[in-house]
Amino acid sequence: MSVVITEPRDHDDQHDHDHEHHDHKPRGIKRWLYTTNHKDIGTMYLIFALVMFFIGGAMAMVIRLELFQPGMQFVEPHFFNQMTTVHGLIMVFGAVMPAFTGLANWMIPMMIGAPDMALPRMNNWSFWILPFAFLILLLSLFMPGGGPSFGWTFYAPLSTTYSSDSTALFVFSVHIMGISSIMGAINVIVTIWNMRAPGMTWMKMPLFVWTWFITAFLLIMVMPVLAGVVTMVLTDKYFGTSFFDAAGGGDPVLFQHIFWFFGHPEVYIMILPAFGIVSAIIPTFARKRLFGYASMVYATASIAILSFLVWAHHMFTTGMPVFATLFFMYATMLIAVPTGVKVFNWVATMWRGAMTFEVPMMFALAFIVLFTIGGFSGLMLAITPADFQYHDTYFVVAHFHYVLVTGAVFSIVAAVYYWLPKWTGNMYDESLGQWHFWCSLISVNLLFFPMHFVGLAGMPRRIPDYALQFADFNAFISIGGFLFGLSQLIFVWVLIKCARGGVKATDQVWEGAEGLEWEVPSPAPYHTFETPPVIK
Amino acid sequence: MAQNKPLIGKLVLVTVAMFGFGFALVPLYDVFCDITGINGKTAAVAATADNAVIDTSRQITIEFLARPNKDMPWVFKPEVFQMTVHPGEIHIMNYLAENPTGRMIVGQAVPSVSPGQAALYFHKIECFCFTQQQLAAGKNMLMPLQFYVDPALPAHFNTITLNYTLYDVTQAWDAQQPPQDNIGE
Repeated sequence: MSVVITEPRDHDDQHDHDHEHHDHKPRGIKRWLYTTNHKDIGTMYLIFALVMFFIGGAMAMVIRLELFQPGMQFVEPHFFNQMTTVHGLIMVFGAVMPAFTGLANWMIPMMIGAPDMALPRMNNWSFWILPFAFLILLLSLFMPGGGPSFGWTFYAPLSTTYSSDSTALFVFSVHIMGISSIMGAINVIVTIWNMRAPGMTWMKMPLFVWTWFITAFLLIMVMPVLAGVVTMVLTDKYFGTSFFDAAGGGDPVLFQHIFWFFGHPEVYIMILPAFGIVSAIIPTFARKRLFGYASMVYATASIAILSFLVWAHHMFTTGMPVFATLFFMYATMLIAVPTGVKVFNWVATMWRGAMTFEVPMMFALAFIVLFTIGGFSGLMLAITPADFQYHDTYFVVAHFHYVLVTGAVFSIVAAVYYWLPKWTGNMYDESLGQWHFWCSLISVNLLFFPMHFVGLAGMPRRIPDYALQFADFNAFISIGGFLFGLSQLIFVWVLIKCARGGVKATDQVWEGAEGLEWEVPSPAPYHTFETPPVIK
Repeated sequence: MAQNKPLIGKLVLVTVAMFGFGFALVPLYDVFCDITGINGKTAAVAATADNAVIDTSRQITIEFLARPNKDMPWVFKPEVFQMTVHPGEIHIMNYLAENPTGRMIVGQAVPSVSPGQAALYFHKIECFCFTQQQLAAGKNMLMPLQFYVDPALPAHFNTITLNYTLYDVTQAWDAQQPPQDNIGE
C-alpha cells in the first residue's frame, strides 16, 4: 500500500470544528478525566488492563499456592472458589478485553487515517465507567458471605439459589462492563465505517482494523445477551422469577444455553483482534507482504459467523440428544478450517522472508505455535465421546489458558512491543525484552503444559484439593506459575524504562513496517491526520 | 457528525434487539423442547382421551419415581413403583403425600420423563402436577394421575420412567393470596 501524505494547508482552514483545545490540553488529572483524545483513552485502557492483569494474576498466585501441595494449606475452600471466579472475570473482562479496546483506540484511527474515533465523548464515558465496574466487583470480596464464588460462568443454581448476597454487586458490575464494551464496539464500527481516509477501501484496510471491525459486531450481538442472562439471575435470586428454577417451571439447563450463546462468541472476541495483531507483525519482520490477505478477511468473517452455531459444545454432558451433539461437534470442527487458513498464511508469509527476531516477532511466533496447541486441544474437546472424559478437568483449563494466555495475552504483549516506540518515541530495551520473552515462554509452558496430563488423568478443575498422585505435577505447575508471574515484572520494567527515555525511534521504527501509523512522527503527535492522507 | 447518526441508530437497534433476543430464548427454548420432546418435559396441560386404538400386541413398562426436593418436608411416593400397560389404555395411578410438619405446606410437582423423546408420547389426562397442592399440618392425601401411552410410540421404547420432583412453593403461594384480616386470632 503506498501512501501520500498531503502537506497540511494553512492551519486556519482546518480549524472549522471542535479543535479549540488543540495543543493546550488541561493539565494533571483533569486531562485524563475529560479527555476525548483517542490516544489518551487508548493509553488509559492499556494501563487499566495492565493493572487488572496483575490483580487477576495475584489471584492466580493464591490458587497456585493452595494447589502447590495436596490437602488444605492456606485458604478456605470458599475463598478458593472466590479466587477462581474473580480471577476469571478480571482476566476476561478486565485485562484481555480492555487491552484490545485500548489497542483499537490507539491504532484504528491512525491505521485508517482518521483524526480520532467517531464518537469521542462516548469514548471517554466507555472507559471511565470501567474502573467503577471492577471496583464494585473487587469490593464485593469484602462483603459478609464473600464475593462471587460460582465460577466465571455463574451457572444457575450456583449463582441463584446457592450464592451469597454479593451476587447483586456481581450482576451490576457485569452490566457496567457490558455497557462499556457495547459503547466501545459501536464507536469502533462507526469509526471504521465513516472515517476511513480517501482511498482506504475495505480491502485495503490493515487486518487489525478488519478483525476489530468483525469483533465489534460480535460484541454488540452477544454482550446484550450476557446483560440479559445476568438480569435473569438477578430476578431469580431477588424478585421471585423462575427462569432457571425447576420448581417454578424454569430450567437450569436453559441458563447454560443462554450463557454459552454469549460465551462462545466471547472467546472469539478475545482472539480475533489477536489474529489482526499477528497479521501485522509477521509481515514486518519477515519483510514480505502478508500472504493471502483476502483469505484472512474471509476466514475471520467465517469464524465469527460459525461462533454463533457452536455454543452447546460446552454442554455435551448435559444429556443432549445424539443429533444435537453431532451437529455441535461437526460445527465446532469446521472452525478449524478457517483457523487453519490463517496459520497457513502466517507460515507462508514467513516462507523465504528475510526474517529478524525482535521481541514483537518472538511473541508473535510463540503465539502461532502455542495458540495452535490450544486449538488442537480444543479439537480434542470438540469430540463428543472424548469430551465426556475431559469435561471439567484440568485438560479444559490447559486448553483455554493456551488460547488465552499464550494466545490473546501474548498477542497483546507483542502488540505493545511493536507499537511502543510509536507511542513513546523511544525504543524499548531489546535485551530486557528478550529476557521477558524467554522467561515468559519457558515458565508459561511449565505452568500450563502439565495441566494436560493431570487433566487427562482425571484431576477436576475448581477444587482446592486433589488426589495424592497429582502432587508432583501440581508442585511443578505452581512453580511455573510463580515464575510466569515474576517474569511479567520484567515487562513492567521495560515499559517504565521505555516511557522514561531510550534510543529515539525513527518514524518507521521497523525496517519492514508498512501502513499509515508508520507515516506519522514518533512519538505520534497528540493529533494526527487532521488532514486526511490520500491512499493510492 | 450527522452522517454517523443513521449508523449509530442501527447499531443501537441491534443491541436492543439482541437484549430482547436473550429473553426470547426462554420461550423459544420451551417451544423447541415441546416440539422435539428432547427435555423429557411432558405437556403441562391435560391431554384429551381420544379413542385411541389399544395396541394389545405391545407391552410398555412404566416406572414411577418420586422425590421431594431437599427443602420439602413431605413424604412423597408412588403407590406402585412399576406397571405394565398396553399403548392406548387409560390407567389411573395414585401418589401418596403426607405432611409430617406442624404447618400447612403447598407443593408443586415437576415431572420429567426418561428417555426424553418418550415424553412426546406420554399423555396425561389428569395430573396433580397441573396445579399446586395444599396439605394441612399432619394430613395426608392421595394424588391421582390419569394417563395413557400413545400407540405411535416408536418401537425401540420398552420402558418409560416418570419422575416427579416435589417443591415447597408455600412462600410463593402465600404471596399470591389476598391479604387476610387476622383480627380475633
